[in-house]
Amino acid sequence: MLDDLDRIGPVLAMAGVAALILIWDFLPRGRPLPAARGKALLVFALVGPALAAGWAYSLLSRDETGFSFANSVVLDDFSLYFWFLFCGIAAAIVLASQEYAKRFGEYEAEFYALVLFATAAMLLLAASRDLILIFIALETTSISQYIMASLLRDERSTEAGIKYLLMGAVASAVILYGMAYLFGLTGTTRLVAPDGEISIATVIADRGDEMRAGLLLASVMLIAGLSFKMAVVPFQMWVPDVYQGSPAPVAAFLSVASKAAAFAVVLRIFYEGLSSEVISDSWVDVFAIVAAVSMTAGNLLAMAQSNVRRLLGYSSIAQAGYIMVGLAAVSAAEGGFSAGASSVLFFMGAYAVTNLAAFIVVIAVSARLGTDEIADYAGLARRSPWLAGALAFALVSLTGIPPTAGFVAKLYIFNAAVESHLVWLVFIAVLNSVASAFYYLRVAGIMFTGEPKSEESLSTTNALKLALMVAVAGILFVGIVPSPLLDAARDAAAVFSQ
Amino acid sequence: MLSLLIFLPVIAAVALMLLPRDQEKNAKYLAALFAAVNLVLSLLMYTGFDSIDLTLQFTERVKWIETSNFTAQYFVGVDGLSATLMLLTGLLFLVATLISWRVELRPREYYAWLMVLETAVMGVFAAQDLILFFLFWELELVPMFLLISIWGTGRKQYSAMKFVLYTLSGSALMLVGFLVIGFAAGTFDMEKLAQSDLANPAISLNAVFFLILAAFAIKLPVIPLHTWLPDAHTDAPTAVSVILAGVLLKMGGYGLIRILVGILPQQFHDYHVYLAALAAASVIYGAILTMRQTDLKRLIAYSSVSHMGYVLLGVAALGEVGLTGAALQMFTHGTITALLFVMVGLVYDRAHTRQISDLSGLAHVMPIAATVFVVAGLASLGLPTMSGFVAELLIFLGSVQAFEAPTIIAVVGILLSAGYILWTVQRVFYGPRNEKWDDLPDTTAWWEQVSMAALVGVIIGVGVYPATIVDVLESGVRRTLGLG
Repeated sequence: MLDDLDRIGPVLAMAGVAALILIWDFLPRGRPLPAARGKALLVFALVGPALAAGWAYSLLSRDETGFSFANSVVLDDFSLYFWFLFCGIAAAIVLASQEYAKRFGEYEAEFYALVLFATAAMLLLAASRDLILIFIALETTSISQYIMASLLRDERSTEAGIKYLLMGAVASAVILYGMAYLFGLTGTTRLVAPDGEISIATVIADRGDEMRAGLLLASVMLIAGLSFKMAVVPFQMWVPDVYQGSPAPVAAFLSVASKAAAFAVVLRIFYEGLSSEVISDSWVDVFAIVAAVSMTAGNLLAMAQSNVRRLLGYSSIAQAGYIMVGLAAVSAAEGGFSAGASSVLFFMGAYAVTNLAAFIVVIAVSARLGTDEIADYAGLARRSPWLAGALAFALVSLTGIPPTAGFVAKLYIFNAAVESHLVWLVFIAVLNSVASAFYYLRVAGIMFTGEPKSEESLSTTNALKLALMVAVAGILFVGIVPSPLLDAARDAAAVFSQ
Repeated sequence: MLSLLIFLPVIAAVALMLLPRDQEKNAKYLAALFAAVNLVLSLLMYTGFDSIDLTLQFTERVKWIETSNFTAQYFVGVDGLSATLMLLTGLLFLVATLISWRVELRPREYYAWLMVLETAVMGVFAAQDLILFFLFWELELVPMFLLISIWGTGRKQYSAMKFVLYTLSGSALMLVGFLVIGFAAGTFDMEKLAQSDLANPAISLNAVFFLILAAFAIKLPVIPLHTWLPDAHTDAPTAVSVILAGVLLKMGGYGLIRILVGILPQQFHDYHVYLAALAAASVIYGAILTMRQTDLKRLIAYSSVSHMGYVLLGVAALGEVGLTGAALQMFTHGTITALLFVMVGLVYDRAHTRQISDLSGLAHVMPIAATVFVVAGLASLGLPTMSGFVAELLIFLGSVQAFEAPTIIAVVGILLSAGYILWTVQRVFYGPRNEKWDDLPDTTAWWEQVSMAALVGVIIGVGVYPATIVDVLESGVRRTLGLG
């Protein structure tokens, strides 16, 4: 039992700190709220990811791996990869929110607590190998995020929260339906299990042929429902509205962490549970088509945006499309799942630092100027060269131009797709990259060549500067020395080659 | 050595950005110093190059990305082709920093981006791994985008974006081609790829050929993919035009030879007649467009389209003579067009107009500038004893053996180019004296004179004694063709 708890220690630590924040906030104190509260909360909230990452590191160095909780949770390189990723994202969001969080007023503590709760659920999600646990973790993440989206309590934010909730509820229902179907077909909720025990994977391996139609239906349900979380077509329409209306740090969190969590689930379900050839040939095609449509739709719609958050919303739909190219890159060769998976994992890491850098600048501008209109970014380079430079660099990385993480990530994912003979899909993907340059670089151009409305420089908190610096350094480092992250992604993806 | 040559400019860029704001005026000295050092380095590399030895020289190889299914290396080295073009790059970037002497707008950033651009170009010519080649190829985009859109004139945003989108479209297709080749051969090493038979590619090698050709045809440019060029040139600052015409276009020609001829010779041979036809069309159509221009800078830009058509013609012939001619044409066009752009910039700097109809009789007030322009113009139309003549002669000698009709058509292009050059010189410099321009100063500043002198020296030097360049280029061509 203690072993089991130890193996999900990071989840417990993260959730524990979140709960402590809520309790601490209840403690009686004078009104108005003390000025130092924001700083204290920031430090407090940082303890969560730090503790979780530390625990994960300890598990890694002790070489702890294996199943726990009756095979429903697994600690492997894949879990660890995502744990570190989520801890990093949570820390960055917390650091960047110090100034913006003042707008939440008395709910400032709740904001930090919700970030940590959502992250804790994501940690659990990445390590789950059981459909029920996956669903519970997914819902915990979602519910935290519904609240976070409406935390500003103005018209926009509330609308975003409601929209997110309604769409999310439908998606959850569809996911649940798919899961139920899968359970009905196979009689188990375990995706994979240690040798000799029954699991979805073994049942399909035995009797896959006779249940092919049912499996197909379940796969389509799962893909459709999860596409809400991944923010890809056909469940993408909430993205721009929610990104625009919800608080800026929440939009950042949704665009990075929530998306990564969704892809972790998809990898677990499809690459482990449904990896038999009986069904994989079919879902590979679905992924390829969804990828093509998402990239194209996201990029085309992004071009017309005048609000930077809506633009990043559509851009994130397109980026998710690129990631799906990697998901579809299942090659017939041996270890066919790991090449595509490692490219997906690498892309996820690269995308996380890149999109975080972009969003941190958006948070800073939003907190200072209270605007997200691209027109208001004009001449930002004169007012705050470092913020503008960081955003421009992140946009260059999103376009996929060297020397950035985004360049290597796209290269690697396209390579995996070519090896799976998906040349047509790569063709669509590269043309999409070209189209995306138009709107990414347009924003960069506006910042560097536009006339600022005022010459007043923008100040930011030191915490935000730190987070931004780390993210930008990450983009550059991964772009020039990709090997460490590549090795980590490859090790994590190796779980799919067994 | 080679890595220093490639990355010294990036170090310069960092140093420039670290310059305190009140020292901003001194950015040009720092940039010129670094550019000069890099020119010296490239000269040392060039003189140290052994043209008898047909292997890659000054090689450096480090594993960069290594996974089970994807290996890319940092592999640089030079053969005769690379060495010459890197020398040209070193020379033109020094010229570019010098003729930017009067840039007052955010000079630190300006020079820093120029230096990053130099790294990208040097890298393209030195890379011996397809992925590394692609990396440097793309690295050029951001500096160019910013240099045109911040320091340009006219519709600079539009032109900068057009340049980026055209280049990216080509390179995106090229990337697909590279990945297919790399997967088929199991390596991205250009040296190994040239030996590989590329069995079982994911798509047919003919398709790969056209995917890669797209990038180089856009860059060169070949009609009908040339429309980005006049816009980019017209709106770019002078130094960027110099670099664009001088070396960036050469990346296209270099890619044609190094990658398409080197790695896909069979496919190249299958389609070379069509390429020759396209080349002839580029020469003639480019020349006709040039004649119609009323803006001096646009005129020079269009003349590049015509002149790069000769490069394609020489390459398409697929023989040693034609390829050497094409390579030499790249070098000479680099120096000649650079000089022409320097002169256009100089005129614009003083007269603040580039409309040919507004300018007249400038030779009366600026005799030195007029003389240099005439020298550049004569070199451009291929006058013997100037470098352009040797290059075009070699191209025609090479291509006439392979295909007669396109060659004959292209030779007509020479007449046209003589026409537009002489007509332009006459209108701008030797027309009736216009009192409006009586106060224009001639070139006096040292940085203008050094730039002009250096380029004129090279143009005449290579024209009189071409062997200095030709021998080296020939060794590169022989290596590419696999001749012993």
